[in-house]
Amino acid sequence: MQGTIDSQTTAITADHGHEHPDFRVLGLLVFLISESLMFGGLFAAYLLLRGMHAQWPPEGTEVELLVPTINTLLLLSSSFVIHYGDVAIKRDDVRSMRKWYWITAAMGAVFLGGQVYEYLTLGYGLRTNVFANCFYVMTGFHGLHVFVGILLILGVIWRSRRPGHYSAQKHTGVTMAEIYWHFVDVIWIILFTLLYILTRF
Amino acid sequence: MAQAQLPLETPLSLPGHPKAWKWYDYFTFNVDHKVIGIQYLVTAFIFYLIGGLMAVAMRTELATADSDFLNPNLYNAFMTNHGTIMIFFWVVPAAIGGFGNYLVPLMIGARDMAFPRLNALAFWLNPPAGALLLASFLFGGAQAGWTAYPPLSTITATTAQSMWILAIVLVGTSSILGAVNFIVTIWKMKVPSMRWNQLPLFCWAMLATSLLALVSTPVLAVGLILLLFDINFGTSFYRPDAGGNVIIYQHLFWFYSHPAVYLMILPIFGIMSEVIPVHARKPIFGYQAIAYSSLAICCVGLFVWVHHMFTSGTPPWMRMFFTISTLIVAVPTGVKIFSWVATLWGGKIRLNSAMLFAIGLLSMFVLGGLSGVTLGTAPVDIHVHDTYYVVAHFHYVLFGGSVFGLYAGIYHWFPKITGRLLDERLGILHFVLTFIGTNLTFLPMHELGLKGMPRRVAMYDPQFEPINFICTIGAFVLAFSIIPFLINVLWSWNKGKIAGDNPWGGLSLEWTTSSPPPIENWEVLPVVTKGPYDYGIEQRKGSTNENEEE
Repeated sequence: MQGTIDSQTTAITADHGHEHPDFRVLGLLVFLISESLMFGGLFAAYLLLRGMHAQWPPEGTEVELLVPTINTLLLLSSSFVIHYGDVAIKRDDVRSMRKWYWITAAMGAVFLGGQVYEYLTLGYGLRTNVFANCFYVMTGFHGLHVFVGILLILGVIWRSRRPGHYSAQKHTGVTMAEIYWHFVDVIWIILFTLLYILTRF
Repeated sequence: MAQAQLPLETPLSLPGHPKAWKWYDYFTFNVDHKVIGIQYLVTAFIFYLIGGLMAVAMRTELATADSDFLNPNLYNAFMTNHGTIMIFFWVVPAAIGGFGNYLVPLMIGARDMAFPRLNALAFWLNPPAGALLLASFLFGGAQAGWTAYPPLSTITATTAQSMWILAIVLVGTSSILGAVNFIVTIWKMKVPSMRWNQLPLFCWAMLATSLLALVSTPVLAVGLILLLFDINFGTSFYRPDAGGNVIIYQHLFWFYSHPAVYLMILPIFGIMSEVIPVHARKPIFGYQAIAYSSLAICCVGLFVWVHHMFTSGTPPWMRMFFTISTLIVAVPTGVKIFSWVATLWGGKIRLNSAMLFAIGLLSMFVLGGLSGVTLGTAPVDIHVHDTYYVVAHFHYVLFGGSVFGLYAGIYHWFPKITGRLLDERLGILHFVLTFIGTNLTFLPMHELGLKGMPRRVAMYDPQFEPINFICTIGAFVLAFSIIPFLINVLWSWNKGKIAGDNPWGGLSLEWTTSSPPPIENWEVLPVVTKGPYDYGIEQRKGSTNENEEE
């Protein structure tokens, strides 16, 4: 009985294999599939509710466009800004990576500020009607993701204060924060289309 | 083969080699996949006992037609939490978290999962979630069944219902993190000498399970969070009087909860594909068919959920579509069943406890599958919807299927996990009691359902009393069947016969290390030279490797 086993294990590899390649980026991408489905569920619920109502949004609910449009442009451009940070770290330029990441975090913060401003000035609250329910839950949930994205970026900036923590060869954390930020951006584009643009038609 | 001359017990103390874990390591944030696997299994088993006691209490109530043992609210709370615990706190964590974590790295020749700390985090989300669920009994316990359909869930025992939701969202998060970990581990961390077609079928099943959990669990989370908002923050997603729609909840819920059935059975199918060939001493029949049918179930399984909603005002075209897709999903399942039967055919079968439970599963799951096919067709489903026929069906699938499979897995891998064999006599007693108990409890429920007894009730029409009494006796047999098992596990863990590295003569990689495996699984990583199910093939080639001890 033992013989069958040893035939499998005779060959010996020298290395102990304690280290394996870094799979964190792959792990994040797999996780983001799950996140997309979470937003996907919200979008599906929203579209089903929208399909049920003859008038959408209901009478008396006016959707603001000015602040959200500015916000959208801000968030879209921040995706380019953060990419400059990634380009910088690939050139081993930690200082300019930090600069671009600071700018991205600031743009994210302004986006959240704009969101809060919109919440405070809108003519409807969370409970007003089903559209308002969807509006606040969806934008709020997305805002939470923007907040997490800002925390990730600040985390990268915090870690990069130590010289040599990130380099042209070793910058997984920087890349992951960037990927997450792009994801949040893409979700916003769909959200903006559904909640703002399509309510105009 | 110089190393074969060393006695197996010789401790190979390499410099820097860590010692074994102490008992208290199992109560900490430990990142070893084997510790986490045991943590999952033991925690889940405790919840199984709790959920089982709830079931016994319900069956005691149902022994007579009147409400005389539990008050109706407590009955509803037990009914809700029995289902919730058995699904989210027993079968899913035991099969995926327990066996998955313990076995996947060992089977693919890895030293741990891809993200060990994430793995530990995923486990440690479970105890607080369970505590939250049990604490909800202080507020009356959730009343709306494990499906938590609004409007019932938005108006009854709202505090307990909210705690229920948070508990499920916590275990859901755990499930997603686990899925990410399994996908990356199986995809990337196979020992270099292992090709995809040498991957043990349990790992194929875990890959399919994880993909399914990854895409379906977040949708449940959304559905439940919207429910939480409706209960606590005055929104009206599911309030028809304020422009909402209850059907949306059902879609979001079943988009997860139908695949959840596969989350509970795919890993079990994986266990079956490991247990059967080893104890039949034959190569598995249709390796590729079994591997790909797991993926097929994973894909098709995402598009059958509306068969739970045939009576929810579903339009005819939808009933048609989902009836067809439901019948299609029976095909890959049948492929597996026939492959196992073909593996057993002409095998040199060892009828030990693991194999008995595996064959028990095979027979019971076929029954559950057949009632599933009848339920999947809209005309029959509309007739027996929400009757005991449904209860009979899913207990054949989940008890006769998943729980039998978990038992088979425990008997099969207990020697690997603890280094000691379980006692066979107690194991066979356990199997006999479980098999009789299961059929005594759940077989008569088919008749109850077809005669029209509704499920989820504490009181019923007295004409159903005799059959219900039989079910209650069966439930007590099942409750007592746990006793020999518990004695067996507790005794064997300390005093059982020493198992050795490979008591069953298995060929998959987990049997190449010691029992229990050292902290990083192998001193030297194994090299795969043949498939995991090549039983008897070597002898035909006239190999020269048969010159060791024994």
